[in-house]
Amino acid sequence: MVAIAQSVPKPASRFRFIFDRRDVLGSIFVAPAILYVLLLVGVPFLLAVYYSVSAFTIYNPSWRFVGLANFEQIVQNPVFLQTLGNTFIFTFGSQILGLILGKFGALLLLRPFPGRKIVRALIILPWAVPVALATVAWQWMFDSLYSVINWTLIALGIITRSQAPNWLGNQYLAMLSVIVVNAWRFFPFAIVIFLAGITAIPQDVLDAATIDGAGFWRRNYQIIVPMILPIVAVGLIFGIVFTFTDLSIVFLLTMGGPVSATSVLGFEGFQVGIISGDVSHGAAISLFMLPVLFVVVVLMLRFIRRREI
Amino acid sequence: MQRVIAKTVKEAPFFGGVAFFVILSAFPFYWMLITSFKTNSDLYSVTNIPFWFNDPPTLEHFRYLFHETLFMTWLLNSLIIGLCVVAITLVTALPAGYSLARMTGRKGEALGIGIFLTYLVPPTLLFLPLSRVVADLGLQNSMWSLVLIYPTFTIPFCTWLLMGFFKALPPEIEEAAIVDGCSLFGAFIKMAIPLSLPGILTVVIFTFTLTLQEFVYALTFVSTSSQKPITLGVATDLIRGDIFYWGEIMAGALLASIPVAIAYNIFLDRFIAGITGGAVK
Repeated sequence: MVAIAQSVPKPASRFRFIFDRRDVLGSIFVAPAILYVLLLVGVPFLLAVYYSVSAFTIYNPSWRFVGLANFEQIVQNPVFLQTLGNTFIFTFGSQILGLILGKFGALLLLRPFPGRKIVRALIILPWAVPVALATVAWQWMFDSLYSVINWTLIALGIITRSQAPNWLGNQYLAMLSVIVVNAWRFFPFAIVIFLAGITAIPQDVLDAATIDGAGFWRRNYQIIVPMILPIVAVGLIFGIVFTFTDLSIVFLLTMGGPVSATSVLGFEGFQVGIISGDVSHGAAISLFMLPVLFVVVVLMLRFIRRREI
Repeated sequence: MQRVIAKTVKEAPFFGGVAFFVILSAFPFYWMLITSFKTNSDLYSVTNIPFWFNDPPTLEHFRYLFHETLFMTWLLNSLIIGLCVVAITLVTALPAGYSLARMTGRKGEALGIGIFLTYLVPPTLLFLPLSRVVADLGLQNSMWSLVLIYPTFTIPFCTWLLMGFFKALPPEIEEAAIVDGCSLFGAFIKMAIPLSLPGILTVVIFTFTLTLQEFVYALTFVSTSSQKPITLGVATDLIRGDIFYWGEIMAGALLASIPVAIAYNIFLDRFIAGITGGAVK
């Protein structure tokens, strides 16, 4: 009895009303994340844009506005034009190769077979392992003298030792190498995305199509592909964004060489802006990524919206 | 017997395909493994069969890595960076993800997509201005610069993942707690968080692996060897002039890869559900 009589409600704390208003609490909850991102992504992004129209270098940090002069100088530089072209070749080459590998890999993994879990775990490796470390392993495999790839080709009698290619020293082979390594890194992601899309297709849709007489290819291209398109598009957008802006594979494998044959935008921005300290030109080079990113983001928003209907 | 043979022949292309993919994905890691245990004389010979040991295996590369290089320091740096970034990410992304999941109408969804899109702003666009921010704060050449910068991609990513996990949690549970006398904040702490522990664990693991995988910011902000995280240290610091210490590099790469590979395999399904499903659930 006494206990009940004494259980007067605690005097509400001063802040209680704040924590009990849904809209206020909601805003307080989101605020730290938004602030962090605004301060360290939003503001730096604007700063990058301003750098590109200024004369800022680390030796002469001046905020003088120079208009589009940096961009004009950059596009007149043949090395930059090559870099721009390389970036597109690198991105689309590796994405197409990665998607093809991903589609076939997903078809194989769709079927249950003994040891499928282990196979899946091994196939995920290239995507899971830190890209810099995997790239270093490839660098060793492409070694000019002790390349295991060349050793195998020689042992199989395909080439002789004097013909052994210098993978990272020849301009075409170097481009091929960075594309292969990047596709190798992305195809497990493509497999996983394809699998997620295919397993989400209701079985009765496929059964109905089979009953109506659709064969394997018809089911594949008229039902499965259109139905997984949205999810594959999201995966592809990730792939394009991260490849188009990548620096690590080129930096570790070829350093942009031989003679800027594999230089890409991210790498060139790093060389000019960080290594040479020419911040304004570096920022201008990096900003050439923006139009592609913009298109990709618009596509992504469209796909997200379509999926919700 | 004949049926077994016929079946095997019919299945050959399938298992051939599987074998192709396994070799393609796993060979570079096998190559890391075998390189790290080979003697130098075995490694640097063009005539030896490279796929297996011609000399007895050796632990020399691992000994050198642990005793003669800064490998242990890099490992510790990565651990500290990872734990700090996980803490910052959880403190900001947990409430944000929850709040966005419970916001009604278009506003929450638009904000969620907006935060997620910042994940797509690439490091190679931001490293120039951020290196100025890092310098102004006196953090250049220090691993603490990475603790400051890494949350710029882990917060958007994890807010998105957590939003998906919280949406899967029926709001009736918290409403019941509020009816029983809990405050809104209390309902979040006492009901929503404990019930989403599996999702939160996923976020912790992925934040940690994202910090281990990052390379561009580390390369830009840290050049002192003793401040490098493990990925950067192994990839750039085991080279003297023109000489690559391949045995040591591969040993270091192997040791740093194993935990990440295991974590990915355990949490893969949740991860995929998170990045593809955050908007629809």
